Amino acid sequence: MTFKNIFFALSLFTATLFIASCDKDKNDIDPNEKGSMTLHFDNRLGNADLVLNTGTYNNALNQPFSLTMFNYFVSNIQFHNIDGTTYTVPQNESYFLVKESDPESQEITIDNIPEGDYDKVTFVVGVDSTRNTMPIADRTGALDPAGEAAGMYWMWNSGYIFLKMEGLSSVAPLDSASNTNLFQYHIGGFGGYSSPTINNIKTVALPFGSTKAEIRTDVAPEAHIFVDAAKVINGTTNIDFAAYPVVMFNPYSTNIANNYANMFAIDHIHND
Amino acid sequence: MKQYLWTSILCLGVFAACQKNDKPEFTGFENPTHFPTATYPFNSNPVTEAGFELGRKLFYEGKLSRDGSISCGSCHLQSAAFSHVDHTVSHGIDDKLGTRNAPAVQNMAWSSTFMWDGGVHNLDMFSFSPIENPVEMDEKVANVLLKLQATTTYPPLFKAAFGTEEINSMRMMQALSQFMCMLVSANSRYDQFVQGNNDALNATEKEGLTIFRAKCANCHTEPLFTDNSFRNNGLPIGNDKGRSRITLNPADDYTFKVPSLRNIEKTMPYMHNGSLHSLDAVLDHYQNGIQQTPNLDPLLTNGLALSDAEKEQLKAFLLSLTDNDFIREPKFSEF
Ligand code: HEC
Ligand code: HEC
Repeated sequence: MTFKNIFFALSLFTATLFIASCDKDKNDIDPNEKGSMTLHFDNRLGNADLVLNTGTYNNALNQPFSLTMFNYFVSNIQFHNIDGTTYTVPQNESYFLVKESDPESQEITIDNIPEGDYDKVTFVVGVDSTRNTMPIADRTGALDPAGEAAGMYWMWNSGYIFLKMEGLSSVAPLDSASNTNLFQYHIGGFGGYSSPTINNIKTVALPFGSTKAEIRTDVAPEAHIFVDAAKVINGTTNIDFAAYPVVMFNPYSTNIANNYANMFAIDHIHND
Repeated sequence: MKQYLWTSILCLGVFAACQKNDKPEFTGFENPTHFPTATYPFNSNPVTEAGFELGRKLFYEGKLSRDGSISCGSCHLQSAAFSHVDHTVSHGIDDKLGTRNAPAVQNMAWSSTFMWDGGVHNLDMFSFSPIENPVEMDEKVANVLLKLQATTTYPPLFKAAFGTEEINSMRMMQALSQFMCMLVSANSRYDQFVQGNNDALNATEKEGLTIFRAKCANCHTEPLFTDNSFRNNGLPIGNDKGRSRITLNPADDYTFKVPSLRNIEKTMPYMHNGSLHSLDAVLDHYQNGIQQTPNLDPLLTNGLALSDAEKEQLKAFLLSLTDNDFIREPKFSEF
């Protein structure tokens, strides 16, 4: 065997290997194999990236504002496979608090998803009613009011705050405690424990569009999700900072929750 | 040999006796037989001696407040059946005034809603509220955990109660719940009477019980003396809208949780706002003080017909609800 021959044989072998591995990536789906996927919550304000404590924007009523805080819970995540099945993230691992002030919190990586091509993700913005009524042992991690969930729990009215947006607007009345023109939207309400009351739990479905998320053991796709904070205050109800500087646990909060249910959109999926 | 054996037996006997005297055996949570089954989820947090002891220490711990000055026990005194006596509304840190009267912390294991408006529905989640309330303890639970971790006393107590020295909010709250669940008041003279001791109540008190069952027990239902509902009992209305703060339902305006009447002799002042200062004032209220306000309970529309003699009998009965064993029980006290 000449040197040339060996070289040829080797190339052929490598090529076969290469094709085989490509093959595996694209088509071989073994639902017993597991992969990961990342949901990247990219908070924005209109067409620009959201930056806290800077800039001045105008709401739909042409009132100037800037944001100082933007937090929300994402929970009960489900991935929808094109074959019609869904993968539900185990309950105990399915609660996340996304904070604009904490970049790490904006990347949620889910492991152990069966291999497959997925075309949609659904999740709850907030914390479902069942978890809101569970024993303290089931409220660790993102749900610990003395830990990650600090400031995101109503202690006098047991329940999580689903979304918290605070900011400044010159049209908002002066808040005596902080001596600023503060607006505060603390939205929660899981429907009530023993008597029914407001329910602001929102389920969001985000179809991926033409690009599927191809989850494989060695391919961990990422969904880049645009979250437009402006849609919390602009929408079916345009929120007036002067008339409603503080909205917490009251019936008006349902308008804000209806607005923010529409703040999520898939920007793109990448499979690398 | 024989002598040695006898000595050993004697020693053992003395040892056992000593143990008994020093510390009665810890029996855990016991459901009084004349009570319904407790609703607290003990399966998620069984009461152990070490957990209870830790809970007791935490209940009397000033570190739960911002400046160390206030413990749960400052507002919930054992001598007052774990309520706050003589204060119309609670006094917290920096002598700040709350808006409501501190109720008795007793028989919590049978409660499924807490606070006068029922805003908290889980005993384990309760203590966040007083600790972080600016007019009560004005501290953050996360900071309390750091303070406890920095001591030499608490880590071993957490280890004894939960297996490791880790101090987290779950363990702290579960220990407090264990202590509060053990605060069972079920041995007043009334209890002895309903359990068969006919002499436990005198004739006047028995008359009072009959009147009570006719006029009061619809709401203050035996044996816990509350039906756990929210009602408007006709007090003059103030700023506090009560239950509707939680339900946002106008039909709940001015309704408050029906309080237990156990140990009522010790828990004055009375009502959510502490507006009535004696049992006589309470009985006068039901007799002729009912205000026609929104959502007044239909049972009270015309007040309660009570003669002066009946009021005396009722009062005698209410005083039989005092449970001295509970108020004096050394294992519930700070020291
Ligand atoms: C400053 C006084 C104050 C302090 C300190 C305080 N409490 Fe209270 N407590 C109150 C008042 C007032 C209420 C009634 C609150 C309401 O209904 O809004 C209350 C209610 C309660 C209740 C509900 C009882 C029921 O039947 O609804 C429990 C349980 C309780 N407290 C336990 C505690 C524990 C445990 C602590 C310590 C972590 C504590 N409290 C600290 C004043 C206090
Ligand atoms: C319609 C239901 C109802 C009836 C009937 C009723 N109560 Fe009450 N009671 C309440 C409610 C509700 C409260 C708490 C009200 C508040 O604080 O706003 C209360 C409070 C009290 C208190 C104060 C307890 C405390 O710890 O502050 C006493 C004492 C009392 N009731 C005694 C009686 C007696 C005695 C009768 C019968 C003569 C009676 N009640 C009949 C509903 C009722």
